[in-house]
Amino acid sequence: MIRVILPFHLRTLARIDGEVEVEIEGAATQRSVLDALEARYPVLCGTIRDHVTRERRPFIRFFACEQDLSHESPDSPLPAAVAAGNEPFLVVGAIAGG
Amino acid sequence: MSKVRVLVGTRKGAFILESDGKREKWDVKGPHFTGWEVYHMKGSPADPNRLYASQTSGWFGQIIQRSNDGGETWETPGGGPTKSPQGWPQGESNKFVYDTSPETGKPLTTHQFYDGTQHPWEFKRVWHLEPSLTDPDTVYAGVEDAALFRSTDGGRSWQELAGLRGHGTGPKWQPGAGGMCLHTIIQDTKDPGRIYIAISAAGAFRTDDGGKTWKPINRGLRSEFIPDPTAEVGHCVHHIAMNPSRPGVLFMQKHWDVMRSDDAGDSWHEVSGNLPTDFGFAIDVHAHELETIYVVPIKSDSEHFPLDGKLRVYRSRTGGNEWEELAKGLPERHCYVNVFRDAMAVDSLDQCGVYFGTTGGQVYASADAGDHWAPIVRDLPPVLSVEVQTLRGTL
Repeated sequence: MIRVILPFHLRTLARIDGEVEVEIEGAATQRSVLDALEARYPVLCGTIRDHVTRERRPFIRFFACEQDLSHESPDSPLPAAVAAGNEPFLVVGAIAGG
Repeated sequence: MSKVRVLVGTRKGAFILESDGKREKWDVKGPHFTGWEVYHMKGSPADPNRLYASQTSGWFGQIIQRSNDGGETWETPGGGPTKSPQGWPQGESNKFVYDTSPETGKPLTTHQFYDGTQHPWEFKRVWHLEPSLTDPDTVYAGVEDAALFRSTDGGRSWQELAGLRGHGTGPKWQPGAGGMCLHTIIQDTKDPGRIYIAISAAGAFRTDDGGKTWKPINRGLRSEFIPDPTAEVGHCVHHIAMNPSRPGVLFMQKHWDVMRSDDAGDSWHEVSGNLPTDFGFAIDVHAHELETIYVVPIKSDSEHFPLDGKLRVYRSRTGGNEWEELAKGLPERHCYVNVFRDAMAVDSLDQCGVYFGTTGGQVYASADAGDHWAPIVRDLPPVLSVEVQTLRGTL
């Protein structure tokens, strides 16, 4: 079970209160977590990753265990604490604009 | 009894303003989709309770929303929460992917950029949603970078009408200051195959076969700021309006110049006449008087606000050239708002109502064809679009 925390606007869009928990098969990676998230909440397709390229949208960041994982490979294993469900995987809207 | 429903898209959400036919007291509902830009909302002529909204964000991309109850509740077609991980088809209502298939004949991938180089087409947002005149589940979407999409399943999935980008002039299109957007979609009310669209800064285009093939319709336009002022494409058309009962006659607010066509866009002539400035964005046509048109003159392309700080609508009752200032109820001083291209609309009550929204968050209404104005609301976020539904026998 992977815990995911979404930004306010995506929680509102998907009608989610609080954290989301998703089940994945195999290794816990950005790709497997986001695939599971989008399968459960199809409205989130295209809001975190591009529909076609599947790349992270420019103003979206990924954090976990106080690390910025945004530039990690989508197939790199997530930290063990995330895979074990002890720490959440955070999807964050970048602070931009000023 | 009749009822008027005004659909307002803003920088920070959507609002729905409703009144009875007197249009004196208004019920304001919203915001919907708070914190998101709502570029446009529009109701289906075939089912007025079916509304579509374009909800967009620089962070999270494009969302299409749909209502089946006049805006009381909304859903993302095909994208709602699933009951089980495998129990729901993947939502594609937000997926706008340009058609590069060989079937289009010319799989187009680049257009002209600001610096004159060729630049890849990149989807950014939906500027305008135009529901079909006859089918509530069919809706057109004008997008940035400029292209026309259509859904025939109520917004659940979208397919590009690629003949527009592929007809030949696409590599010459370039973005205007607001981006390369397809912002105007007008369906001919007598010829189901005919659709007009407009793009900044490419110009106006028309199809006569339901979107399969297209041609530029810019003859007569003159734009001094482009290398060839009378080029086939490259004109910064801001908006086009048409009275549904006379589909061959079009009125255009170009970057500079107010224009008119009496032959379905085959040729245009200027009707700016005595306007104090012919720069502007919004234009519309009276619901019953076919030669009565409205514009909101803006000082210039460098100063996007009304002349002398006085917000004014100008009305022509002669189809252009002779314009009268409409001032009663509008700000007399210190007004430096803009009125965007999709932020003016008319109702079709016997006494035609006219509405427009400003970047200052005001939505003004006139229940007497522009003679008198009053704000319905004053402090919304900047208004991006205004549409009106006239609902008969609903109150």
